Amino acid sequence: MVVGSVAAIGAGLAAIGAGIGIGQIGKGAVEGIARQPEAANEIRTNMIVAAALVEAVSLFAVVVALLGNG
Amino acid sequence: MVAVFSICIYFYPNISFSQDAPENENNEQHQNAGHEDTGDFDVAGTILDHIRDHHSWHLWGHTSIPLPVIIKTDKGFEAFSSSKLSDEHHQPVIYNGNYPYKLVEGKIKIMNTDGSVDKEASAKVFDLSITKNVVSMFISVFVLIIIFLGVAKAYTKRGVTSAPSGFQSFIEPVIIFIRDEVGKPYLGHHAPKYMPYLLTIFFFIWINNLLGLVPIFPGGANLSGNIAFTFTLALFTFVIVNVSGKKGYWKHIFWMPGLPVGMKIFLMPIELLGVFIKPISLTIRLFANITAGHILVLSLVSLIFIFKAVAASAMAVPFTVFISVIELLVGFIQAFIFAMLSALYIGMAIEEHHEEDLII
Repeated sequence: MVVGSVAAIGAGLAAIGAGIGIGQIGKGAVEGIARQPEAANEIRTNMIVAAALVEAVSLFAVVVALLGNG
Repeated sequence: MVAVFSICIYFYPNISFSQDAPENENNEQHQNAGHEDTGDFDVAGTILDHIRDHHSWHLWGHTSIPLPVIIKTDKGFEAFSSSKLSDEHHQPVIYNGNYPYKLVEGKIKIMNTDGSVDKEASAKVFDLSITKNVVSMFISVFVLIIIFLGVAKAYTKRGVTSAPSGFQSFIEPVIIFIRDEVGKPYLGHHAPKYMPYLLTIFFFIWINNLLGLVPIFPGGANLSGNIAFTFTLALFTFVIVNVSGKKGYWKHIFWMPGLPVGMKIFLMPIELLGVFIKPISLTIRLFANITAGHILVLSLVSLIFIFKAVAASAMAVPFTVFISVIELLVGFIQAFIFAMLSALYIGMAIEEHHEEDLII
């Protein structure tokens, strides 16, 4: 038996969005590092910051899903 | 490993409940566990209970530190120990102060004589208690004061030109990192004025994130995953941004230069909304990240109790260690991002605009 709520679907959709976003960031960063290996450290820092910002948006959705579930 | 083991200790009452309790004792155990309704382990209830603020600090098993309860009602202030609010089985009991108080879902409520919650009177209870989160904040403030007074003393003693030693060598690169990555790029020559705030907020969030990841006593409170805490920090940034905002900042909100009049009127409410959305996004970003981290770690440990098999720990423990390590990184990144975005918002507010460049 499948038990769940619409909130779980919302959390899943948020995970898809964040996955696409972080994938794009990773792709961009790896391409950038391949082109300019000497800038690797700077690119990595910016990549982590951008990834954290994208992740935060998906976590907003998780919080909304949790609140909607409760 | 020690950390994971300690989380398991944290769950001890539930282990004995879900695995070892014989059938005939089950009913009694149910009442003791409070939030457990069925024979299955209540994952969501346990996790939400662990990330919530509490009136006592649970150590292990049935041992917990009672914390002072300070409440203000229309009969004035009243203070008592939170141990009076629960019996030896950790079940909430009624304490007769100025009113009959009882803990209902972690909140102090005034009870009617028939045992139901007096909603009208409970709404007037103003809770100023030293809760688990408050104690955790005192501990982190104490740790920060010890660290930074020591480091500051080392600088006065040896001077700023000599090589750092001891703990100084750990703190100095972090301060330089915040100055070079956060202060200078976003604030330029204004950086020295705002560095004390940025460093304070960075180290305060960082140490609270780290203490939140320690499952045993001095840590374990979900302080930076508390929305009131993150809201207060964002409020500081909000006040600093708007107090230090120059003429150009306000002009760009209310009367955007270089645009047709219709567009100016259209943009005004959007820009005004943006003033409030910035601190709200700061609040929710930190809150959601840290809370999600705690939920993840607790969910993975809960797997053992969901499968009701010790073998599940072969999978759950490595994953928990992995996520805990990720959370160490997240704790740093979120503190850094909070400081960075604060600097960005302040930088936008104090920037001197050159109007002639903007007119098309």
